[in-house]
Amino acid sequence: MGDWAGYLTLILMGAWVTVKLTLMGSALALVVAFVAGLGRLSRQGWVRGLATAYIEFFRGTSIFVQLFWIYFVLPMTGVALTPMQAGVMALGLNVGAYGAEVVRGAVLAVPRDQHEACIAVNLTRFQRMRHIILPQALPLMLPTFGNNAIELLKATSVVSLISLSDMTFQAQVVRSQTGNTLMPFVTILLLYFAMSSALSFGMRRLERRVTRGLDGVR
Amino acid sequence: MEWDWDFAWSIMPTLLAGFRITLIATVLGAMVAAVLGLVFAILRRSANRAVARTTGFVVEFIRGTPLLVQLYFIFYVLPDLGLRLPALTAGVIGMGLHYATYAAEVYRGGIEAVPRGQWEAAKATNLTARQTWLHVVLPQAVPPMIPAMANYLLAMFKETPLLSAITVLELMNQAKSVANSSYRYVEPMTLVGVMFLIVSLISVVALRWLERRYGRISR
Repeated sequence: MGDWAGYLTLILMGAWVTVKLTLMGSALALVVAFVAGLGRLSRQGWVRGLATAYIEFFRGTSIFVQLFWIYFVLPMTGVALTPMQAGVMALGLNVGAYGAEVVRGAVLAVPRDQHEACIAVNLTRFQRMRHIILPQALPLMLPTFGNNAIELLKATSVVSLISLSDMTFQAQVVRSQTGNTLMPFVTILLLYFAMSSALSFGMRRLERRVTRGLDGVR
Repeated sequence: MEWDWDFAWSIMPTLLAGFRITLIATVLGAMVAAVLGLVFAILRRSANRAVARTTGFVVEFIRGTPLLVQLYFIFYVLPDLGLRLPALTAGVIGMGLHYATYAAEVYRGGIEAVPRGQWEAAKATNLTARQTWLHVVLPQAVPPMIPAMANYLLAMFKETPLLSAITVLELMNQAKSVANSSYRYVEPMTLVGVMFLIVSLISVVALRWLERRYGRISR
């Protein structure tokens, strides 16, 4: 038990992997969410169909199943991914599907007359989205995006099962090396809680920033 | 690698045996979550500030940490403290506890949606706290909660593969052991995905119906 400092370093290295996974996964999820969310609102039927199929598929199965599928089945079709790539891809695609519904809901929540006013002043569809609809929809998305980011952080623990050395994986390593169970698991529980608290704090700050000045409008 | 129908067919009984455990775990976990969630929700509204605060913190903590780590905690740490649980029991308690914190929010929303006047009327007619909850508040609060609860039930169902990490032989674990012994990953993994997808898609239809039936009660 004397080597606790060394084991703590191991867990902190894992924490860094967890942070990286969360950041990269969130970045991918954000892009995917907008592509798929706006895709569901497309005028083209096949785009809508594709986006709906993607969303339903990734919401209908769990991150665990998707991760194993990406890690074990894709290589057999010739696409070999490192655990990190597979992890980021599974996390991004899974949370992205939930995010897509948020994007869609927020865009639809922008009042109808805003759309009509855009048509009246002859904006193109792109201009309408870029300058009128999205700036109003974004503040509506943020709180749910914050929750999604926390879900993503929690989901990163699953990648330990494809032998990616994140925090949960390192805790298991410490457990098997020392036989001590309480210390590693309590440590990572506290670290996860600190991370998710930091995330929700950051999102609240961001929300306040984005909604500043909107009081009169809405 | 090609899809082999004969192999896929031959592993179906094993997978279905796993699916049965998945369903059992979901149902038991949901029952634990429903009961514990109500306890959390009521404790959080307690007049005693210390109790309310502590419960609030516990709920936040459980929501802010991964289910997988909580399962490990229950499965590996508790035996060292003298409480040895079978894998399935540990899994059911872990999932139930985790989703109880979500259920608590649903209960809270439902309870707060009951108009103040109902509480005051209960007090005016001299009902005890027990009578107020059982006969006035809960009958009005529960129906609007049903769609949200069903949503979390579905979420929990999808999370059951995590139980394979603590050696519960549910669907995912059966698929993994089949894959490891036959060196074929395509069929078992895909079939697991398809099974979850089928159940989810059916559930989504059921959810829509529940939402129409209970979602908005006209006042």
